[in-house]
Amino acid sequence: MTDLPMPNAAPAPATSSLLAQDVRTRRRNAAEKRFRTYGATAIGLAMAALVLLMFTIIRDGSGAFRQTYLSIPVTLPADKLDPQGNRDPAEMAKVLTLAYGPVLNSALEAAVAESGVNIPGLTAKDIDGLISREAAAQVRNEVLADPDLIGQTIELDVLANGRVDGYFKGRVSMASAEMDANTSPQQLQLAEALRDKGMLVTRFNWDFLTNADASDQRPEAAGVGVAILGSLYMMLVVLMLAVPIGVSASIYLEEFAPKNRWTDVIEVNISNLAAVPSIVFGILGLAVFINFAGLPQSAPIVGGLVLTLMTLPTVIISTRAALKAVPPSIRDAALGVGASRMQTVFHHVLPLAMPGILTGTIIGLAQALGETAPLLLIGMVAFVRNFPAAPPEGLFDPASALPVQVYNWTQRADPAFIERASGAIIVLLIFLFCMNLLAIWLRRRFERRW
Amino acid sequence: MYDMNRVENAVTQNDIKISARKVQVYYGEKHALKDVDVDILDKTVTAFIGPSGCGKSTFLRCINRMNDTIPVARVEGEILLDGEDIHDRRVDPVQLRAKVGMVFQKPNPFPKSIYDNVAYGPRIHGLTRNRADLDEIVEKSLRGAALWNEVKDRLQEPGTGLSGGQQQRLCIARAVATSPEVLLMDEPCSALDPIATAQVEELIDQLRSNFSVVIVTHSMQQAARVSQKTAFFHLGNLVEYGNTEDIFTAPKDSRTEAYISGRIG
Repeated sequence: MTDLPMPNAAPAPATSSLLAQDVRTRRRNAAEKRFRTYGATAIGLAMAALVLLMFTIIRDGSGAFRQTYLSIPVTLPADKLDPQGNRDPAEMAKVLTLAYGPVLNSALEAAVAESGVNIPGLTAKDIDGLISREAAAQVRNEVLADPDLIGQTIELDVLANGRVDGYFKGRVSMASAEMDANTSPQQLQLAEALRDKGMLVTRFNWDFLTNADASDQRPEAAGVGVAILGSLYMMLVVLMLAVPIGVSASIYLEEFAPKNRWTDVIEVNISNLAAVPSIVFGILGLAVFINFAGLPQSAPIVGGLVLTLMTLPTVIISTRAALKAVPPSIRDAALGVGASRMQTVFHHVLPLAMPGILTGTIIGLAQALGETAPLLLIGMVAFVRNFPAAPPEGLFDPASALPVQVYNWTQRADPAFIERASGAIIVLLIFLFCMNLLAIWLRRRFERRW
Repeated sequence: MYDMNRVENAVTQNDIKISARKVQVYYGEKHALKDVDVDILDKTVTAFIGPSGCGKSTFLRCINRMNDTIPVARVEGEILLDGEDIHDRRVDPVQLRAKVGMVFQKPNPFPKSIYDNVAYGPRIHGLTRNRADLDEIVEKSLRGAALWNEVKDRLQEPGTGLSGGQQQRLCIARAVATSPEVLLMDEPCSALDPIATAQVEELIDQLRSNFSVVIVTHSMQQAARVSQKTAFFHLGNLVEYGNTEDIFTAPKDSRTEAYISGRIG
């Protein structure tokens, strides 16, 4: 019967060879190829943007990790620095930073004279200007920490001026120095000569990671130490609050709460909270935590609380998704052998949802770490020179935060702060990168249980 | 060929273990189970058969109140276990489920070791005082589920690494480990191959000496092979309930006959 020609059947295609593609196939293949090209282009654009971003940041910021120091012998005269002569740090503290300036200046002048460098038109002011304004304070701190140094001649590495540092990093040129009140071509020539003699050295800048912020005239002394500490303290607060609150809220909502209108309302509101602009949380923090609760401004505890509020929706949403993803058969199995609801959740559901919960939590933390806007409103943008104490008291001390420090530095006039800001971005990115690595590692580790 | 496995079909017990009267189940607006009256005997295998969506699994889940976990489900009527109403306010469903174990359609071992899978029930119910007791229960349960010889050397390996049939027997061992009085099985063989099915069926027959077993199955041959009593459900009604022999050879209701002869379902 099948052999009979069927009158209503469509006419057979002209060519039925497998070697020749028909029009439809060609069109479908072309469409697929186009689509793949779009995808590859999109990925390519994204990668290019990322590479460009990383390149700019590293180009601008890598300089922050190298710093120029003057390596000169300094005699610390007892009569000037310890007039009482009893080497008592309390007495010596009465000698102000101002007294250390001339000591360093004369030491440098002597060193320059001894080195035999001869630059026409070089003034004593040019020589003294090589030294950073911060250097005297650093030497003073060193002396106060070790009074026995007084009277000795010690080999000191003192910070060089930001302009000189900038010259070696290519930020300052002879031409720009001509028009700059803060430096002169002669000074830069001297700096170059001193470098050839090994008196001016550029080395890795640990101080950038440990120092506090510095004033507008001293970009060479500015560091992210206080900002790192402030960010760490805030992360501590967020971790201690957002994770337990968020995870228990999601467990309750997902596993125990009755499904009714109220839980629907709560669910919608949590999703809405996740979309609230972060600055709104800042206003909330200002109104509630500072104005109403009377917590101190610029304190990591307030920052941490605000970021907790901001992170909670993220943690709750990802935790609920992770709990939902646990197959119901596991719950049935546990209930079937007579486990209670809570035993089911804590013995079986939660361990299986752990990778998802951890990933969501760390993503939330990373988001909080990079958040700037709400912190501006609660005063974390302040200029903080003092390190906060150890927690828990330190949580109430003023501190900065990494993203805010970046914002702060980009507002400063001296171009040397651009380098500092980019350096701080690199530090922030390294932290974020480490957190993401941790998230991936934890996920891998817990997934092995399946 | 089916006769090879066919077990002694005579009902040897007359003690009523579970007695259900006028059980109604609603899923939201849907009336899923209507007026079910049934008496399930002790130390007997009772099979529930019927086309998909007829309510047999729903009724099974009523017996250990697993329907409580479905928010929209509502159960009415009376179910007595040893004369006690399981819907009584004083009954804790957790305690009930320790007495009425359950094996599910799809093998669902916990993603833990074989040992921990079986030991979980005894642990949470505090059935053992020390490790040796627990070891004994695990071994006994695994032997009871005809799995001991296959897994005794790898008790610490994950239960999810076993084959489908082994996983289902592990689930049976897990259910048996809490020493339940009734064992509910919801299509325990539907995900298994014929060899594993034969093993599980043989196991069900052995379990009969200790428990009352209720099994939901799509396969009429399986019902005929393993059960002494059979209940036929259709569209939410319990159409006919009686000795398996009678149901399959001399059904009283025309719908039962139609289903058994393959005309509905």
